[in-house]
Amino acid sequence: MGNYIPSTAGERQAMLQAIGFESMEALFKAQIPEKILLDRPLDLPSGLSEREVRSVMEAIAAKNHVFRTIFRGAGAYNHYIPSIVKSVVSNETLLTAYTPYQAEISQGILQSIFEYQTMICELTGMDASNASVYDGASAAAEATAMCRERKRTKVLVSATANPQVIRTIRTYNWGVNATVTLVPAKDGVTDWAALERLADGETACVYVQHPNYYGMLEDVDTAARLTHQAGAKLIMGVHPIAQAILKTPADYGADIVVGEGQPLGMPLSFGGPYLGFMACKQDMVRKLPGRIVGETTDKEGQRAFVLTLQAREQHIRREKASSSLCSNEALCALTAAVYMSAMGPEGMAEAARQSMSKAHEAAKKISAIPGFEMKFSGAFFHEFVTQCPIPTDELTERLECEDMLGGYPLQGELSGCILWCCTEMNTQSEIDRLTKVLEEVAEQWN
Amino acid sequence: MEFPKDVLYMKSHEWVKFLDDKTALVGISDHAQSELGDLVFVNLPLPEDTVTAGEPFADVESVKAVSDVYCPVTGMVAEINEALLDKPELLNQDPYGAWMIKVTQVTDHADLLSAEEYEKLIAEEA
Amino acid sequence: MELIFEKSRQGRGCSLLPACDVPVYELDGSAVRKKAPRLPEVAEIDLIRHYSALAKRAHGVNDGFYPLGSCTMKYNPKINEEIAALPGFTRIHPLQPLSMSQGCMEVLKLAETYLCEITGMDHMTMQPAAGAHGELTGMLLIKAFHQARKDTKRTKIIVPDSAHGTNPASAVMAGFDVISIPSNAEGMVDVAKLREAVGDDTAGLMLTNPNTVGLFDKNILEITEIIHRAGGLNYYDGANLNAIMGKARPGDMGFDVIHINLHKTFATPHGGGGPGSGPVGCKDHLAVFMPGAPIQDAAAWAGADDQEMELIEKAAEEQAEELAAKQDAESKEMEKEAKDILKRLKEISGAEWEFGPIPALSIGSVRAFYGNFLVVVKALTYIMTLGREGIPEAAENAVLNANYLMSKVKDLYPVAYGKHCMHEFVLTLEELKKETGIAAMDVAKGLLDFGIHPPTMYFPLIVHEALMLEPTETESRETLDDAAEMLRKLLEIAKSDPDRLHAAPVTTPVQRLDEVGAARHPKLHYDFPE
Repeated sequence: MGNYIPSTAGERQAMLQAIGFESMEALFKAQIPEKILLDRPLDLPSGLSEREVRSVMEAIAAKNHVFRTIFRGAGAYNHYIPSIVKSVVSNETLLTAYTPYQAEISQGILQSIFEYQTMICELTGMDASNASVYDGASAAAEATAMCRERKRTKVLVSATANPQVIRTIRTYNWGVNATVTLVPAKDGVTDWAALERLADGETACVYVQHPNYYGMLEDVDTAARLTHQAGAKLIMGVHPIAQAILKTPADYGADIVVGEGQPLGMPLSFGGPYLGFMACKQDMVRKLPGRIVGETTDKEGQRAFVLTLQAREQHIRREKASSSLCSNEALCALTAAVYMSAMGPEGMAEAARQSMSKAHEAAKKISAIPGFEMKFSGAFFHEFVTQCPIPTDELTERLECEDMLGGYPLQGELSGCILWCCTEMNTQSEIDRLTKVLEEVAEQWN
Repeated sequence: MEFPKDVLYMKSHEWVKFLDDKTALVGISDHAQSELGDLVFVNLPLPEDTVTAGEPFADVESVKAVSDVYCPVTGMVAEINEALLDKPELLNQDPYGAWMIKVTQVTDHADLLSAEEYEKLIAEEA
Repeated sequence: MELIFEKSRQGRGCSLLPACDVPVYELDGSAVRKKAPRLPEVAEIDLIRHYSALAKRAHGVNDGFYPLGSCTMKYNPKINEEIAALPGFTRIHPLQPLSMSQGCMEVLKLAETYLCEITGMDHMTMQPAAGAHGELTGMLLIKAFHQARKDTKRTKIIVPDSAHGTNPASAVMAGFDVISIPSNAEGMVDVAKLREAVGDDTAGLMLTNPNTVGLFDKNILEITEIIHRAGGLNYYDGANLNAIMGKARPGDMGFDVIHINLHKTFATPHGGGGPGSGPVGCKDHLAVFMPGAPIQDAAAWAGADDQEMELIEKAAEEQAEELAAKQDAESKEMEKEAKDILKRLKEISGAEWEFGPIPALSIGSVRAFYGNFLVVVKALTYIMTLGREGIPEAAENAVLNANYLMSKVKDLYPVAYGKHCMHEFVLTLEELKKETGIAAMDVAKGLLDFGIHPPTMYFPLIVHEALMLEPTETESRETLDDAAEMLRKLLEIAKSDPDRLHAAPVTTPVQRLDEVGAARHPKLHYDFPE
């Protein structure tokens, strides 16, 4: 059984003697009352050698099916991950380093975060980014906290946002008794007339996802106009690869931008670890939660990097901090920075264009099949919703037989519809094969 | 260390200067700025906020710490010194010139010390 | 050193994607960005050199001793990294049909089961991505508990003044007011002050045990009882679990809800600040408020494999019986092994896991999906490696190493509290500062010149000029001896040549950074030349 403890039995005995104890038992009994000490071994299996543990865990992994072809998004996206990304983030030092509080020996970590922050600002057009938060959903929730103030405590969220994001925003706001109201959807996009009615002098912020959960492009100009008219802040939730070609949130007038950074080099990994990015305009910088790296000089005038604006954070402000964020997703932010550097502006634009083009090709072919009509009529990016002529889990199973993970069967009001997704990973032949299967399904249905 | 005589002091190291019965300027003392070290940010209230004698009304940040600033008077914030938002170091450089807030409709004040009493307090604390 | 942007040259890049094999779709001009993002254009070789250079300007557990108190910088086993990189884990979409993701469900269920056993809890959620995230979740559970009973005047959470800053910050995020109670002269919770502080407005208490000065609070049962009798709940901050795992359990000390830091106690790597994982465990009475959906056993696994499984199980049972018939010690050992493996096989293969309904009064979600899954994989691999015997052994040696190191430095620098310690101890350099002008900061910077990552500084707040050291169990005696020697040398320098320490560090690429300027005039991204 492994334990990674270097000391031998003899060394432990010697050390015990050096500190004046006969045994480990005595060392613990001296400090912990006997009735609290566990009087039995843990009910766990015995420890294993490395070889055994490998077998056991590989057997567990083998129970998961790795789909060759994926047409599902809904918040987790199958984009191409360059090899260099995996290579860099498995560097032993970068992997095992602690938070860079000791700036002098952490310039490498600090600089990599500064570079990441710069890249997020470039993608979004905003003035400042933090060093990452837990994921896109909690980033959205933290953004609403940035906007709430004494007279404005109402949070408006478009119903076209990812349901998991909506739920997380609700949970965080319930914590401080702030109300969250959904702005209803109409034909797959936000109902702006409804927003106009709902936004008022008590509204802190409006959250709009673009592209939204259904892949649709929203009329963000109108969102910004109506939000600012009411004196509230606009928070945009965006897809980072789409941002390589879509108009920047800054150009739309967003105050805060958040999103799920997983597409930037992180594998699907059953939901985590992912990456929440947050960026904002200059006047809201001091409200950003979590760590931020800033540039400065050292005593010789050399450029250097340091964790800055720390007086916002929990270790200094304690109960007056706006967020308790401490550990973040640093290595995932590094992953994103390496991804963005490897892909470059051209590569990312290409990934975005291909995702969008393949989705439109697939939509064209699928929606031509009877029973699989497009649900919504507006413009979309790389996800789209269609009807489905048979029960959606039957369709899913049918596609499983072809080793394809089909689109996501929607729940709730849109139950019976499918949310399809394409990325640059899907090939023409995959789309053709999918189309063929769906045609068969449609025929059988008739 | 400076202790101007034209202002009154709180034990918690703030100063108040009454412009008339109902109007006052508030700031932090030279001793306070010296103890706090280089200030990097000041969190001021908003105009029209109410303030209460003895309660914190603002905080000041250095690199590694945050400190509450207590209000010597009860009233309404008429003005805040916006220059401090861009240059918090003014509090270090000119603690008695760089007022933080101007309070009107003053109805009450905390226990206040004269310059001599405050100077004596500092000497005792040392 | 240049930034990646400064190494960028127009037209350079890596060739990563094939040409588009479908007709290219053009977006309407109004939806498109005006200017391309100024992301780096570099060749792969320059990219890898850039990050190699950055890595050389960082300090990992692989580079040297890392005695950061309260962080548990123990060795991060490489087998955990390999397992977490298996395509069978990394390529699984979180919204795949569950019948295709049973391995992932097993990981989450096994982690929950083992962590509940280690901590004495009944249920666990893997949702929180970090300790502070777990604290927020726990605080929301307590809020939900009182709200469900319409006990709306319980608005206060009690936190000792020695607590980590995330504790009060998380309580406030859940809408509570924080009451800070002072620690007593021994650095422990002042029980008398605690009694004064509780009332019918008490929602709960947040505590870590051992506490932040490395001591086990022997009054813990009394403390948690006081809160319970006042109608509140007890929250355990699991940051210091490495001192007691397998030896004592927060669930047996009167705690109702806890969080665990997998990136501390369970050896997952820190990654420069994350990702971590902060699973939250609770007792039965809080289960109905837990976030997300619980993992439960669906109908028994049906299928052709069932027969095969039966045969394997029968064979293993027979072998165990055979071994039991022999009387010698070796056979007894092997019999135990076989029974263990059998038990595990039954656990693993006997269930089909599904997500049950989200609890009726669930607080909702604190994130999307189920948690930092790959981090949980690493922690599970670690727990399986250590097993029943290895878990308490780790705690024992963590405490032994800390006491050993403390014994070698306590005559140099005063220990803040206690004769012995658990897994970490706090030195106070207050007297040294008065004598020589050398503060904790200077000693820490001095250690940098010796190539050692400094210990935690200035925490907890109740100790002046604090240095908190936590060696962990994965350090050898020589490493501890060397560290003590360096601290002795630094003390000599402090007394004989203090200016030298004030000037430290001198061997690092940059020295004494202008943090004031950085905070006054924040420069948070690169300024591209126009």
